[in-house]
Amino acid sequence: MATPRRTPERGIETLLAAKEMLVVCGSGGTGKTTVSASLGALAATQLGARVLVLTVDPARRLATALGLDHSGFGNTERRIDPAALSAAAPPAPGVKQGELWMAMLDTKAGWDELIRRHAPDAALRDQVLANPLYQNITARFVHSHDYIAMERLQELHASGRYDLVIIDTPPSRHALDLLDAPGRMKEFFGSRLLRWLTVPYRSRLFTVASKPFYQVADRVLGSRFLQDIAEFFVLFQSMERGFVKRAGEVEHLLVDPRTAFIVVTTLEAAPAHEAHFLADEIRARKMHLGAVVLNRTLPPSIRQGGAAKAARSLIEVADDLALVEEISTRIDAEPVMVGNVLREVGERFHDIAIVASREAERRAELEELGTLTVTVPSLAQDVNDLVGLLELGRHLQET
Amino acid sequence: MLERRLLFVTGKGGVGKTTVAAAVAELAAATGKRVLVCEMDAKGALASAFEVTSFSFAPTEVVPNLWAMTMNTEDSLREYLRLFVRIPLVGRIGPLARTFDFVADAAPGVKEILAVGKICYEVREQHYDLVVVDAEASGHIVAQIAAPQAIRQLVQVGLVRDQTNWMIDILHDPETTGLVVVTTPEEMPVTETIELLERVRSETGVDIASVIANRVLPALFSAREAQVFDRIDEPEPRALLAERVGGKVGTVLDAASLSEARRRIGAGHLERLRDAVGASVPVLIIPELFTRAAGRRVVSLVADSIRDEIM
Repeated sequence: MATPRRTPERGIETLLAAKEMLVVCGSGGTGKTTVSASLGALAATQLGARVLVLTVDPARRLATALGLDHSGFGNTERRIDPAALSAAAPPAPGVKQGELWMAMLDTKAGWDELIRRHAPDAALRDQVLANPLYQNITARFVHSHDYIAMERLQELHASGRYDLVIIDTPPSRHALDLLDAPGRMKEFFGSRLLRWLTVPYRSRLFTVASKPFYQVADRVLGSRFLQDIAEFFVLFQSMERGFVKRAGEVEHLLVDPRTAFIVVTTLEAAPAHEAHFLADEIRARKMHLGAVVLNRTLPPSIRQGGAAKAARSLIEVADDLALVEEISTRIDAEPVMVGNVLREVGERFHDIAIVASREAERRAELEELGTLTVTVPSLAQDVNDLVGLLELGRHLQET
Repeated sequence: MLERRLLFVTGKGGVGKTTVAAAVAELAAATGKRVLVCEMDAKGALASAFEVTSFSFAPTEVVPNLWAMTMNTEDSLREYLRLFVRIPLVGRIGPLARTFDFVADAAPGVKEILAVGKICYEVREQHYDLVVVDAEASGHIVAQIAAPQAIRQLVQVGLVRDQTNWMIDILHDPETTGLVVVTTPEEMPVTETIELLERVRSETGVDIASVIANRVLPALFSAREAQVFDRIDEPEPRALLAERVGGKVGTVLDAASLSEARRRIGAGHLERLRDAVGASVPVLIIPELFTRAAGRRVVSLVADSIRDEIM
């Protein structure tokens, strides 16, 4: 398939057709999960693609509507009911209906799978899986969620089962954790520090350099705890080669031209600032920035000059008895009420227009990035089902 | 809420947790208390809220009675070693700290205990009347405030184990310590808040001081006016208004309609929140400010809203 790759002007559909992996990232609370699912639904219905959306934590009502419940199905991939998909959006003319698959990211299951793969033998595998520290550590170990997310992306793509894999990224403490996760994993297993830390427990020889550390650590933490940690690391070291190689592959995938990042943000100050920063860092790492999605924006018409004037006139006509009377008669309401409502509507517009002006400023800043920016208006309803996802999808497509 | 001596402020990312923490601190300082506000994740959001370049581990006085700091586990370790282990190893702490950083990255609860330990130490030593913590987001807060319990289970002997006792005494005393959960009236933040409250109650022993709903759209209309608005927002009256007021009146009505639709959805989520929170925990409302640039102005407006709710 010789699809041209550098065509950001041509919209989100080009991206969905040209790329094989999309990493959807951005601040928490900007709608990443919904945008990811919506992109998946769009690719399946408009491009006839077989798409997998790997998601983190969909809103319960959306998950239920898609037939995904929260009760631990681990990393299993589930197909969205084809009939429901066709009902929500008949395939575009000449396009066969695609397939939409969803899976949830399960960090614990992801780790267990890694251990099974990299453990040199069954005995060691069981030792690690049963280690009490392992249970505790997998939840937090070296930015665990971020790494597992990227690792799953690699694996799902490599399976060859999907035309497109979209990954909704977990909330990170720092935006860059995600981008740097494979590198850190490599660093961790390859580091001399790890070796140094485990030395005394392997050779039972304290080196001069490590002596003060162990003296202090013994006193503060107790030697038993340190020994537990060291034993765990010794177990892990036996898997070093496999882990480092794998992390290298995952790292490589992030700069692969078949991968694009989609940064989702609202036009509020903090998320927009983070989006800008993230976009810069993605590029600095030679990764491909596919699009910036401006989510939940106010309609641009609010800023048109005539609108503010109309709002002021509305406040004035609230006192125009003849007009108020006429409307009251038509809609069968008390004139006093009608006057109040017109006044309130006119007055509130001022507040909304201020927000719209600030949004316009942030939009201009993000447009300076020179990448595809896609605008999704603030919708009057929450997105709770396939129909909602596809409505959102239409907005993503429009820009 | 302000009667306590230690408040952890948490919430899902993007709900305005840092702004609320800064506002609570400012409000308490304005009543004459000596207040320390501490940012746990070193993202710099607290400094932005106060419009300064950055904070450090050593507290800075931002306004009279209000000090701000940012948590740094390495500095906390250094202070800890100096205070409790009495090692003035300034020169030799380099490699030690590096190794430590490394262990802490992997070993459960070590970073958390240093962060929470520093906070509890400030409370115990009564350096301040109130310590406000801009804590980890809701996904990580339980690990943070339950760190002393986790360490106690993992570490059988040693100085650290002994010290978890007084930390737990401080954290589990409802007169001393409380958790403030910030949310917005939206589906995911409300759901996460409800789940978090359950986890905090079952796993931590930390009392919940309040839930704060941020950015709540104020009602434009009374219930009866809302019905009238819905009838005005129909083709025929809209056409009449367009004729008299001008064509762009449609945009104005659309904006009100959108804002009203969002408010109604938000009101539904708030109701769900109130039902789940129960009567024992107050739910405070901070209205949408219609100005979105975070900074001193927003902090003081939010502080005003909180004051109106609790006083």
